[in-house]
Amino acid sequence: MVFVLVSISILVFLIFFATPGADPAARIAGRGASPATLAAVRHSFGLDQPLPVQYALMMKHLFITQDLTSFVNPGQLVIPAVLQAVPVTLSLVFGAAIIWLIFAILFGVIAAALRNTVIDRALMFLALVGVSMPVFWLGEVANLITQARFHNTLLFSWVPALGYVPLTQNPFLWFKSLVIPWTVLAVTYIGLYSRVLRANLVEALNEDYIRTARAKGLSERQVVFRHALRMSLITLVSMFGLDFGFLVGGGALLIEVVCSLPGVGMLTYQALQNLDLPFIMATVMYGAIFIVSTNTAVDMLYVLIDPRARDAR
Amino acid sequence: MLALLVLVAIIAACLAAPWYARNISQSDPFSSNLDGSVTVAGQSVDIMQSSDTGFGVTPIGPTWTGQYFLGADDQGRDVAARLLYGGRSSLLIAGCATFICLTLAGLIGIVAAFSGGFVDSILARLLDILWAFPVYLLAISLSAVLISHGLKLGPVTVSSDSLLIPITIIGIVYVPYVARPIRGQVLSLARTDFVLAAKCLGVPRSRILRKDILPNVITTLIVFAPLMMALNMLTEAALSFLSIGVQPPAASWGTIILDGEGLLYTRPAVAIAPGVAIMVTVVALNFLGDGVREAFDPRARLRVQK
Repeated sequence: MVFVLVSISILVFLIFFATPGADPAARIAGRGASPATLAAVRHSFGLDQPLPVQYALMMKHLFITQDLTSFVNPGQLVIPAVLQAVPVTLSLVFGAAIIWLIFAILFGVIAAALRNTVIDRALMFLALVGVSMPVFWLGEVANLITQARFHNTLLFSWVPALGYVPLTQNPFLWFKSLVIPWTVLAVTYIGLYSRVLRANLVEALNEDYIRTARAKGLSERQVVFRHALRMSLITLVSMFGLDFGFLVGGGALLIEVVCSLPGVGMLTYQALQNLDLPFIMATVMYGAIFIVSTNTAVDMLYVLIDPRARDAR
Repeated sequence: MLALLVLVAIIAACLAAPWYARNISQSDPFSSNLDGSVTVAGQSVDIMQSSDTGFGVTPIGPTWTGQYFLGADDQGRDVAARLLYGGRSSLLIAGCATFICLTLAGLIGIVAAFSGGFVDSILARLLDILWAFPVYLLAISLSAVLISHGLKLGPVTVSSDSLLIPITIIGIVYVPYVARPIRGQVLSLARTDFVLAAKCLGVPRSRILRKDILPNVITTLIVFAPLMMALNMLTEAALSFLSIGVQPPAASWGTIILDGEGLLYTRPAVAIAPGVAIMVTVVALNFLGDGVREAFDPRARLRVQK
């Protein structure tokens, strides 16, 4: 795990500091800066030192002394800014995750129970459409509907203006301001998960242990929920771990930009706009830490859920 | 089948983009046309109209006929013509990226699994690292650096507005997603009875690779192709939307959505049309992917027969 994180940090560092033709000093000094200015900038940001030294210095500031500052706004500390953005992203992803799990399980079970009927086909087609929409576009359309076109109708007049309200400040407003982003973010995953769940359920329902369960006289509901669904959820748990980690680790960037939520993704986006290297480094490392640790957590959870994995150890 | 027809229609429409720009929209979709006018229902209408609030100008909305079918963007350019040109870059990028990704993934997967030992553990470890790396962040970081400066690598110089940059980046970032299953497949193929039999007969490794392993791997890659292309379309749109993909004045479906973002509340057609185009294409690709998988997967065929 640590090995993976170190490799990722080296990779990111190399992308930004050692890509041929990309000189961070030129970027800070601006286009057409004189060689003297360039040299001064290089010196003051420590960019005239050898690459391994620069890397070590950056890691030291990021993890040990935690006083890494922005290249663009001198004096702005990176780590507090990231920590401040984390609750926003967590609120967004947690809410969306609850929505998408509920609906995906609902749709998946319905489609599998009514497999090869019109309802199954329609649900799976909708799911495919959900997977196929660019999330930022869906966000824009949702904004258009709820903020402008139908904002004055009864249906959407409750939607507050774009932005984020902290949970501690006003829980009700927090909820209202996040409903639309939650829904938009959930759509893709509802599609993805309900398709996977349906396929797994249909496969599971053909297994021998289901025939055994039926033969010993269990009701259809018990067969589906206690036996088939439990088996099928295993894949979903590992998918969920990966997706959750990905989203909290900065993957929700697009939806945060479209709905102007000041989360980690937004921070990454702004840092990329002005190529603020310390910020990019910090947000990418934060994302990587999150993703790698959720992956590890999923592997452990796996053992708890799946008896076969437990016995294999 | 329907999916294939839809895809062919979309590709044909995008290939006809220059013809559309010349004969129907009669304007240059890559240069601004701020003080032009267009004839609608016998009347001449300015392309950039003063808005109802008297503050600034708003481009013309959809005319639903000939010129400015979908209206104009904030530069007064015909959105319908740009949509077709944008489809060209989107499809080109997604297609080439898919090709690069599958070729690299197939190569890495086969080399890793077939050579085994040291090479395998190095490659597998590398794939693990890239797997844990947030793909979006990797793509975004690479694009941000390359778009702002271009790439100078020895004799190779790629300018920053070249389509090669998004193609290469999108092609590379998803390699682990395909290479890992391919490696697994080759490993299990190497243990099958027919490979074992070939080995016992003294068939050279290169021949086993060519005759036994490769056909199986290529089948898997073909099954992956439409699904990867769908994924690549979405990634390209996302990168272009973040303005680190296709660079203006060139268009792609992602950049047109970005152009439309500022006009969202006044001229929603600009942003909605390319999104619908992406959605239809990706749905068709996914359907095609399902079809291809059923055609190639013997288990799926068996299930149908039962």
